[in-house]
Amino acid sequence: MTETVQRLSTAPEPVGPPRRSASPLVVVRRWWRVLTSMRTALVLLFLLAVAAVPGSLLPQRSLNQGKVSAYYAEHPDLAPVLDRLSMFDVFSSPWFAAIYLLLFVSLIGCVVPRTRMHYRAMRQPPPPVPSRLDRLPQSASLDRDESPAAVADDAAAILRRGHWRVVRRDVGETVELSAEKGYLREIGNLAFHAALVALLFGLAFGKLSGYEGQILVEEGAGFCNTFQQYDTYRNGPFADAGSLTPLCADLDRFSVEYEENLTPSRFLADLTYTRELGGPASAYPLEVNSPLRTDGIRLYLTGHGFSPRFTITYPDGSAFTDISAPFLPEDQSTLASSGAIKLPDRPGGDGTQLAIEGFFVPTAAEFGDNQLVSVDPRPQNPAVAIVVYEGSIGLDSGAAQNVFALDQRQIDRGALERVGAGNLLVGQSLELPDGTEIRFEGYKQWAALQLSHDPGQLTVLVASVVMLLGLLCSLVVRRRRVWLRCRVSDDVVSRPGDPAAGAATGDPAADGDASSRTVVDVGGLARADSGGQGPGSFGSEFAALVQQFSEKDAGKD
Amino acid sequence: MAVNDSLAALADTAFTGSVVVYSVAVVGFAGEYAFGRRGRVARTSEEQTATAVGGSDRAGTATATAVGSGQRLGALGLGCTVIGAALQVLSLVLRGVATDRVPWGNMFEFACAAVLVTVLSFLWLVWQAPAFRHIGVFVLIPALFVLVYAGLILYAEAEPLVAALRSYWLAIHVAAAITATGIFMLSFVVTVLYLIRQRYERGVIEDGSMPRMIAGLGPRLPAAAVLDRLSYRTVAFAFPIWTFAVIAGAIWAESAWGRFWGWDPKETWALIAWLVYACYLHARATAGWKGVKAARINLLGFFAMTFNFLIVNMVVSGLHSYSGLT
Ligand code: HEM
Repeated sequence: MTETVQRLSTAPEPVGPPRRSASPLVVVRRWWRVLTSMRTALVLLFLLAVAAVPGSLLPQRSLNQGKVSAYYAEHPDLAPVLDRLSMFDVFSSPWFAAIYLLLFVSLIGCVVPRTRMHYRAMRQPPPPVPSRLDRLPQSASLDRDESPAAVADDAAAILRRGHWRVVRRDVGETVELSAEKGYLREIGNLAFHAALVALLFGLAFGKLSGYEGQILVEEGAGFCNTFQQYDTYRNGPFADAGSLTPLCADLDRFSVEYEENLTPSRFLADLTYTRELGGPASAYPLEVNSPLRTDGIRLYLTGHGFSPRFTITYPDGSAFTDISAPFLPEDQSTLASSGAIKLPDRPGGDGTQLAIEGFFVPTAAEFGDNQLVSVDPRPQNPAVAIVVYEGSIGLDSGAAQNVFALDQRQIDRGALERVGAGNLLVGQSLELPDGTEIRFEGYKQWAALQLSHDPGQLTVLVASVVMLLGLLCSLVVRRRRVWLRCRVSDDVVSRPGDPAAGAATGDPAADGDASSRTVVDVGGLARADSGGQGPGSFGSEFAALVQQFSEKDAGKD
Repeated sequence: MAVNDSLAALADTAFTGSVVVYSVAVVGFAGEYAFGRRGRVARTSEEQTATAVGGSDRAGTATATAVGSGQRLGALGLGCTVIGAALQVLSLVLRGVATDRVPWGNMFEFACAAVLVTVLSFLWLVWQAPAFRHIGVFVLIPALFVLVYAGLILYAEAEPLVAALRSYWLAIHVAAAITATGIFMLSFVVTVLYLIRQRYERGVIEDGSMPRMIAGLGPRLPAAAVLDRLSYRTVAFAFPIWTFAVIAGAIWAESAWGRFWGWDPKETWALIAWLVYACYLHARATAGWKGVKAARINLLGFFAMTFNFLIVNMVVSGLHSYSGLT
């Protein structure tokens, strides 16, 4: 059997590693072939899988900076070593990028020549009939009464009706047919790999030109899409932070619905937004799983919580109402939250500042001395426990401060001094030694919003759909060939027992009728893994074809 | 929406029933395997082996003793498998009705549904080629193991879903993940059998020695070539489904978490498993990697799937609010 008959795939042929002592160009060409070989693809795929493992098991900065710090505290010796290997930023590390890029190159180097090869293969007629059809994985032999040409006409009609591509060659009185089917397999496979290239490209492009900002917004407040306003903001090197898509949104109301067992069933942030300053305002009910999409940007609801509200009356009689700050939930099931309120400017004071450290519970169960327990995430009996400090908060020290907590170092070094503490229900107040009164007024709800822009997203979506379709073609469609040789019978009496005729037993014409004039040898070949018997296999398709060939074609007009 | 407790209790009863019935099926299949007349698969594989050996009759007709009760035990096993699968379907449907949601909202339900897919794929296989009944005992033992593990360790009361999971993508993404997982599990079993049979065939062909230890299971298994092809076919079937599950997950993540891909541990492991199975498919087309080496990659793929399900859900925390464990 010739090589052209055997190969039903454009998979690159196995190559060895490059040998030394060759001209540079030859070396480059050899390495290129190694890089684009199947074996290298195999190794790169495997490497990518292995490289992703530490990224999933060790804390990652991109996911949770806090966990990385905790890991540092727990493993002070190991952590710096791991950090030097980029183990806390695996997916943006140079070595991960190296594997990714090699795979990218290998894919391109693999797809381009294969596309060319397949294009040529599709334009070429199916290869001529091999000399020994009985050596093929599928073969059969049968007799027909008609002339070779008539039998071949029949068979060709049957094959064409089955969407086979058929080529006929007449050699004297003998007629040969070559037929092939299932080109879609290779097309699908190429589409899959090409789409994978497009997907990787879209992914990289989106990361480089996109941005993302997060912000906590209290009920009644709003924000605009400028990077200065965000609590956290991240952009790719090609994103222009100066001209973000204009959008301003106000949080009118936030609400949560609960099941009987206090499983939250719905989060709803009622927004009013405008796409340009002074432009028309629209309402949008923002929910989890249902972001606001407009102009290539997407706004998400990613979290919620409470901001306790205080009124502070200073000894000189001046009162500040509506002092509040978002508290972060410590327990998602009861929404017990903690936070801090920093009050830099105190009227008529000596330059010292006030700071409140607090613990908020939406529904207090026990309310007594130093006992504050939350039993329900719904705000039915809100209460706070506060500790008030006086002194220097340390805001002007230059170091970035966590807005949800006081700087513990300022407390430790005595710069902040505790001046009072107490548990308060709504309406109750705490009086400090200097006469300052802190009154707990209630709460506001806040929603955590995220605004994202990823211009590569659509490319990635389309690419993945093409990938899936290509994959389906590549795995479902079977590339296969069938050959027929119709020749005048040279032995009119009986044919010698032909072992290859096994597949055709049960064939009504196979019992050596003296009047038969044409012997038809049939051979079939399918790609590896597609052969075998059983329903849907090439074996049974071949048997069915042979059965059809053995009778006069009834489907012809 | 309150949970209907009596229906939920009924679902649990059906679950227990399926475990009991599958256990009987294991006994039946094991009985057939141990005492049964050699089935068609065994005989054909014997013939194939013999041809491969080159006419040597070593593979032996020695054990070809006809015990009619073996057939009956096999039929019992198959019958019980069908009943067990029906009870599993009932259990999942009742859970779904009791909670008014799709019945794959936590790890317990995921494991049950995946086992159901494995068992149904096995039944489909037997429907197509009855001789595959003989691997029933090897499919049902791991299936039973997973169910018992799920019932004891992963069990979660029938409860409504948290808001984050209330999306039709849950139905789509998780259903695809379950289907792929169940079929990959069947592929895993078939691959293990392939490795056993392969070792047996190699022993018989190369040294003519009688197989020892684990390869002793060999004589009654289908031919290595048959098992090899079946493990490829199952992966080739499940791989696009898994691909779809990952894509659907990314689409859901885009609308739920604000990005379609963020290297959350669960996403990462889904990708790792996907890459490993892609390796397997490539290995099958690469000279020098076919056969045992490729089979080991298949095992590795299922290891990644299992790791993702058990370790990532329970030990590594991420954004997925799925496990239902507290
Ligand atoms: C992330 C990277 C890749 C993935 C996920 C992937 C996946 C796949 C899949 C699923 C198949 C179908 C297997 C089958 O027909 O049974 C396949 C086939 C193939 N892949 Fe890849 N592939 C990747 C990279 C590459 C690279 C870099 C090359 C270049 C050398 C390559 C070359 C091939 C070839 C030649 C085939 C066809 C095999 C055949 O026709 O028998 N692949 N690939």
